[in-house]
Amino acid sequence: MDLDEAKEFKERCTQCAAVSWGLTDEGKYYCTSCHNVTEISKEVINTGDIPNTKIQAINRGLKRKRKLEKGWDWYVCEGFQCILCQQAEALKTLGVGPELKNEVLHNFWKRYLQKSKQAYCKNPIYTSRRKAVVLEENLSHSDWESEPELLSDFSFPFVESGAESQSDVNTQKSFPVIKASQSETASVCSGSLDGVEYSRRKEKGIVKMTMPRTLAFCYLSLLWQRETITLSDLLRFVEEDHIPYINSFQHFPEEMKLYGRDKGIFAIESWPDYEDIYKKTIEVATFLDLPRFPDITEDCYLHPNILCMKYLMEVNLPDEMHNLTCQVVKLTGIGEVDFLTFDPIAKMAKTVKYDVQAVAIIIVVLKLLFLLDDNLEWSLSNLAEKHNEKNKEDNPWFDFRKWYQVMKRTVDEKKQKWEEARAKYIWKSEKPVYHSSIDKSVVYKRREMVVSLQKQFSTLVDSTPTVGKKSPSSFQFSWSEEDTDRTCFHGHSLQGILKKKDQSLTTKNSLYWLSTQKFCKSYCKHVTTYEESNYSLSYQFILNLFSFLLRIKTSFLHEEVSLVEKKLFKTKYSKTKKKSSRSRKVRRY
Amino acid sequence: MSDFSGELTRPMAEADQVEKSMLSGTGMSIPWLRKQMETVETGGKKEKDFAKTTSACLGLIQEALLKHQWEKAAEYMHSYFQILEDSDAGKRQAAPEIIWRLGSEILYYHPKSNVETFSTFADRMKNIGVMNYLKSVLLLLQISLQHALYLLHHGMLEDANRSLSQAETWRYGEKSSSQDILINLVQAYKGLLQYYAWSKKKMELSKLDEEDYAYGTATQNMRSHSWKTSVNLSALIQIPGVWDPFVKSYVEMLEFYGDQDGAREVLTNYAYDEKFPSNPNAHVYLYNFLKREKAPKEKLISVLKILYQIVPSHKLMLEFHRILRNSDKEEHHKLGLEVLFAILDFAGCTKNITAWKYLAKYLKQILMGNHLAWVQDEWRSRKNWWPSFHFSYFWAKNDWTEDKALACEKALVAGILLGKGCRYFRYVSKQGHQGLKKKMKRMNRAVKSYSIVDP
Repeated sequence: MDLDEAKEFKERCTQCAAVSWGLTDEGKYYCTSCHNVTEISKEVINTGDIPNTKIQAINRGLKRKRKLEKGWDWYVCEGFQCILCQQAEALKTLGVGPELKNEVLHNFWKRYLQKSKQAYCKNPIYTSRRKAVVLEENLSHSDWESEPELLSDFSFPFVESGAESQSDVNTQKSFPVIKASQSETASVCSGSLDGVEYSRRKEKGIVKMTMPRTLAFCYLSLLWQRETITLSDLLRFVEEDHIPYINSFQHFPEEMKLYGRDKGIFAIESWPDYEDIYKKTIEVATFLDLPRFPDITEDCYLHPNILCMKYLMEVNLPDEMHNLTCQVVKLTGIGEVDFLTFDPIAKMAKTVKYDVQAVAIIIVVLKLLFLLDDNLEWSLSNLAEKHNEKNKEDNPWFDFRKWYQVMKRTVDEKKQKWEEARAKYIWKSEKPVYHSSIDKSVVYKRREMVVSLQKQFSTLVDSTPTVGKKSPSSFQFSWSEEDTDRTCFHGHSLQGILKKKDQSLTTKNSLYWLSTQKFCKSYCKHVTTYEESNYSLSYQFILNLFSFLLRIKTSFLHEEVSLVEKKLFKTKYSKTKKKSSRSRKVRRY
Repeated sequence: MSDFSGELTRPMAEADQVEKSMLSGTGMSIPWLRKQMETVETGGKKEKDFAKTTSACLGLIQEALLKHQWEKAAEYMHSYFQILEDSDAGKRQAAPEIIWRLGSEILYYHPKSNVETFSTFADRMKNIGVMNYLKSVLLLLQISLQHALYLLHHGMLEDANRSLSQAETWRYGEKSSSQDILINLVQAYKGLLQYYAWSKKKMELSKLDEEDYAYGTATQNMRSHSWKTSVNLSALIQIPGVWDPFVKSYVEMLEFYGDQDGAREVLTNYAYDEKFPSNPNAHVYLYNFLKREKAPKEKLISVLKILYQIVPSHKLMLEFHRILRNSDKEEHHKLGLEVLFAILDFAGCTKNITAWKYLAKYLKQILMGNHLAWVQDEWRSRKNWWPSFHFSYFWAKNDWTEDKALACEKALVAGILLGKGCRYFRYVSKQGHQGLKKKMKRMNRAVKSYSIVDP
């Protein structure tokens, strides 16, 4: 808000008669002493360059004065386009090739507009339906439909249901009228041309654009390009604000005004969730009717062999384990091109959760080596410790206990920092988004209050500069040979755990237990459940460690481990079914 | 029921409305059903991360406050302000009070905070709840009151007075009881400030000559002050509660202007009204007032009797003992002994030499008066624990090195109650044998003649 710019306005305030004006972000005058916002707005002179050329292309350049605020006429899909553009730019700065934005994502988006009949088709919905909709809107607005809006600021916690779930006006409770003098257009409004209609639209067979789906688009393009960013990386970058998502509408061009129903569409108050985005990715790809994606071969980053290597490094496990993960990949067949490559047109479209799967393979290997029954891993550690004490010169044997101690400490620290950072996260945009014309001034005043309070308290914060925005990295931990707190185990050998058999090495441990005995076969879509207390502490620790790494639920990872085991022990599963034996332990090979 | 719909919009009024609508059976709008529907709706809905992180943030602020990490608390506070913009109206409405409580706590202790920052914060918070109804008035009053107390704490009386005067003007619709109490408190604090001014004037006045020209105007001035003050104070002290400073200053002013009856009434009411919480000070004030008034002994005794029942270890109890001792009635003499024993039951009084001296002297006096039964009555309940509580070998050694006079008094009491063989007596008489021969002899004789223990 610029006080200087408001100097030329000299009228007295209608509420407090003061002459002290400021300009709101919308270019309206507001009284600095009583915060009364006028309807008079400063004439916007510079309608200059628009940073985004694509928006201009779709923008039909209409200028009508039907709205609360002066600005361009824009459509919801243009808003999403703008956000996708920002996200693509951000990905580019993260090092992704420029083709992702200009070719892949652009094409996906064009295809989406076409499939959803918004553009690039003979009869786009805007030209055909708009008039009818406007008419219908004016007629169908019975009182009760608009009331919740009138009162939304006082007693309805659920009106602003956000983009996660589309609020349906019809489900709102009816409410006695206090004042119905406000015109309906003022209460149900939106900055975009079709915001009101968009938030109501429910068409079968059409995948509606939402904020989480922007990330699905991003991930699809990354996958198409076979980039070195996994889904969990992408979502982590979103949470760390390296990729615009929350409040991304702040960076809309100045003239794209956003209010009313647009709030529910663009303002979002949750970080993306892995499972949700994963599902949406498949949904979008199917809707777009995309062809088979480029093959994921052994030299691709997303191939389990490479991802396993990456995660082994990340969690500080010996490089030698890679040998075993590769064997598991081979035995289970999850390294095959056909298995790994995403094919939306296939009968049962599903893509591999590359990162989760790679981690699950590592967990299976850990179980093969150490059994993780809260017993064997510790006795093997004792052996390793003794050996290492005696042979200080040699390459040390991998000591599970030591590794556990180092990891536990580091992860706990990291987790605490992460939780603190989340608690400090600033959700609200600098530009407040009001829900209806009635609460507009209140929302602005509230924002101003929050800003001034924040300003006051920021002077009381410890002056030592806190670590600023982390630079994006696909690694979250770093290990070094020297630092005893962060001992590096990459070079440690597995000698103590392996033994020679015939000509090859095999694990000393010959037992194994399955994470899931029986898979759920009903239609409820979950294959297994994870009840923490049923499992060994080591297994719990490892699940927690990896699920924190990927920011996913432990149960989700447990499920993936079970699925890998299912492939690895195919014969055992069929046998147990026949014998229906309850033994949890299965002899290996 | 005509204003029914209007009432509904106020969340505070909802609870009353539930019953009303159910009884009246209009059947058109059923608020309690609506309430249920709301809960049903939330039940199925996933909590947003915004809600999760803000509540985590609140937890971290509380933790930081607990550990006195004011800077860290301020840092989280910076993020917590977002809750004022929560889309959940319920949370948004509850937020100002939480923010005020946390923020004022931080600013109260933060090293970089000062009166100015605190006042800015208070003023901002006063302006925050313009939208909310009754609740915000309550909050306003609370903030103003706390702000005033803060200013008082920093010696800024005028600013405190201003803050209180401002608070007086806020009122919303029909009064509620919680609002009333707060308004009364605000007024009473104003009264207290006026009392302070009055008291200062009184000091000046005492320096002036009565013949002086200024004397007249000064007294005039004081009168107007006191009148305002009494109006402000009297309302509050009608309400049950503990209002010690207010009562004290009110009474002082009444007394100064010769309204003894008024003062007595206030104090009697404060002490004896059963609606008021039990408050020893109320009885102390009444007793001091009556003493100043030179009230009859009977009256003083009756007041102190109640105080004795509430706080047997009160320092006035020695005075009580003296009054009882000098009374003519035998029952008072017996009570005098009880009071002494009761004082010494408390760990905090074990080294009170006056109490021991009184006891030693009084025991002799009582036994001389052939009231052995009284002593035995008191001793019966104490003989199991007093020997180790007061008369152990450890205490004998300790008392002797710290305070010989105390040790001698105690030894005499021990001798009378436990006989010559008790450790405390033996130790003290052995130690005293060299230096305090005469005293020891007297002590020995006294014990011999008065000891309640059969030889």
